[in-house]
Amino acid sequence: MSEDRGYFNETHEQARASAMRFVEREILPHIDDWEEAGEFPRELYSKAADAGLLGVGYPEALGGSGEGDLFLKVAVSEALMRSTSGGLVAGLGSHDIALPPIVKWGPKAMRERVVPEVLSGQAVAALAITEPGGGSDVANLKTRAVKEGDEYRISGSKTFITSGHRADYYTVAVRTGEPGHGGISMLLVERDRPGFTRGRMLKKTGWWASDTAELFFDDVRVPAENLIGQENGGFMVIMTNFLQERLMLCIMGAMTARLALEKAMAYSREREAFGRSISGFQVTRHKLVDMATQVELATQYTYHCAALMDAGKAPVKEVAMAKNYTASVAESVTREAVQIHGGMGYMREAGVERLARDARILAIGGGTTEVMKELIAKQLKL
Amino acid sequence: MKVLVAVKRVIDYNVKVRVKPDNTGVDLANVKMAMNPFCEIAVEEAVRLKEKGIASEIVAVTIGPKVSQEQLRTALALGADRAIQVETDDEVQSLDAAKMLKAVVDKEEPNLVIMGKQSIDTDNNQTGQMLAQLAGMPQGTFASEVEVEGEKVKVTREIDGGLLTVSLNLPAVVTTDLRLNEPRYASLPNIMKAKKKPLETVSPADLGVEAAPRLKTLKVEEPQPRQPGIKVESVEELVDKLKNEAKVI
Repeated sequence: MSEDRGYFNETHEQARASAMRFVEREILPHIDDWEEAGEFPRELYSKAADAGLLGVGYPEALGGSGEGDLFLKVAVSEALMRSTSGGLVAGLGSHDIALPPIVKWGPKAMRERVVPEVLSGQAVAALAITEPGGGSDVANLKTRAVKEGDEYRISGSKTFITSGHRADYYTVAVRTGEPGHGGISMLLVERDRPGFTRGRMLKKTGWWASDTAELFFDDVRVPAENLIGQENGGFMVIMTNFLQERLMLCIMGAMTARLALEKAMAYSREREAFGRSISGFQVTRHKLVDMATQVELATQYTYHCAALMDAGKAPVKEVAMAKNYTASVAESVTREAVQIHGGMGYMREAGVERLARDARILAIGGGTTEVMKELIAKQLKL
Repeated sequence: MKVLVAVKRVIDYNVKVRVKPDNTGVDLANVKMAMNPFCEIAVEEAVRLKEKGIASEIVAVTIGPKVSQEQLRTALALGADRAIQVETDDEVQSLDAAKMLKAVVDKEEPNLVIMGKQSIDTDNNQTGQMLAQLAGMPQGTFASEVEVEGEKVKVTREIDGGLLTVSLNLPAVVTTDLRLNEPRYASLPNIMKAKKKPLETVSPADLGVEAAPRLKTLKVEEPQPRQPGIKVESVEELVDKLKNEAKVI
């Protein structure tokens, strides 16, 4: 590894090693309990912030480090995935989808108030786009914000919001104008605004350690200064934000598959059947080879997308393709890893069981596979 | 006061090492390298002394090939102020390492030298002691507690029978044991800042030392794999086996 680092330089590897140590010390000893409990302790945000893990990729002036160095983010994200819990990574990283619109388009006062507080682990931020009536069909969202004097009055609801229960700041997509994508705006909503309530924590197939909730806005008033970007210019903000979110989902997918592959390889060497270790059977070996090939392709194509983004491009089509591919690799490799484990693979203690459950969301969140395909079709001018 | 910390690049402690097919050594190709864990403890102790306001400057030093700069950068990210690399591709054994460190000590004149009690590659446990002798400094080895009091340093040492506390006049050499502290991980902003901290490169010749290995490795072999255990039926059988098979009593 020290010889051939590919896209990663020495600093990236140092950051990876440091993040890895954080995972080994602060997360791995507890992760099984946190998964069963359906949440991780809030203090993990401040611990991660102290290690500098929350601020990766954000401006130094706002409490971040390594702004503009995407592979630093990739290295740290890969290390965090070694916690073996996609839910924890999604929850701990919920600010990575909530803050970028504020950093890029939020007014200065909002930026300087909210971003440092979140990156220091003192506050939690969440992004709220999906609604009970529609998810990937962002252009038709229904939550309404009406401008009244120097305030917006918001009514409607959101669902499947990561960190939805515990967040202090919500970056919320609302309708301020006409139907369709030209009437959407982004507003910052603080948790203590009257009329704003959070519903139950939702029970999910996977991502158990992440807090996922419904949000209700009952004539919630926020000052006009809470507008992020231009009024009715929110669709562009959401779409720009999606690119990095999807890249992160690609990393999650490739890492979920890689972890399952590693576990399956280790288990197949140990486990004996019919008098020899099961890796001695060609059927197992070939299965592992297919898995390893998929993991490598998923990883390298994700890196390729990251390199394009690192060079300042907006590879919408490539990232959409990578998202679909990595999500399907995550599903198929975790399935086969469970299969190689046999009955043990169906047990929670084996670990691959969780990876298989966590893989499923990757084809849904951040835009479903089907919506990605439509996006790709449009880019291919089909 | 100034603290000098010596660090070494070794195979990461998580790596399962493999012996080269020709039995000349351990295979280092594509193996993850890291800072020796005892050296991490040494850096941590120095950083804590600085945080307490006792140390004013921490200088990290390493001996090895160019890539061992990575470990110096790690030391800088953990809190060292500047670094010195003694760059050499030659094999450097304990006595040569001690001589080179002595030359660095002469130049830097630190009040305290902290280093690992041993490195996990060769496990010699010699360099700190040799350095103390060459530099004419008192030594406190296998430290589990270090307390600087004015012109002295109180070192609690882990020895076979328990703990031994010694008081040394500064400057002194302290070598670290596992329980001295729990090293922190470098925070990302500090990793970034470390890139800008000064790192000086010197050669053994600059220090007036020539590496001259005195020990020759004849052969490196895998240890015997452990034999599976058995259950014995009675105490008599156990005693018999210990006496006649294992020949330990």
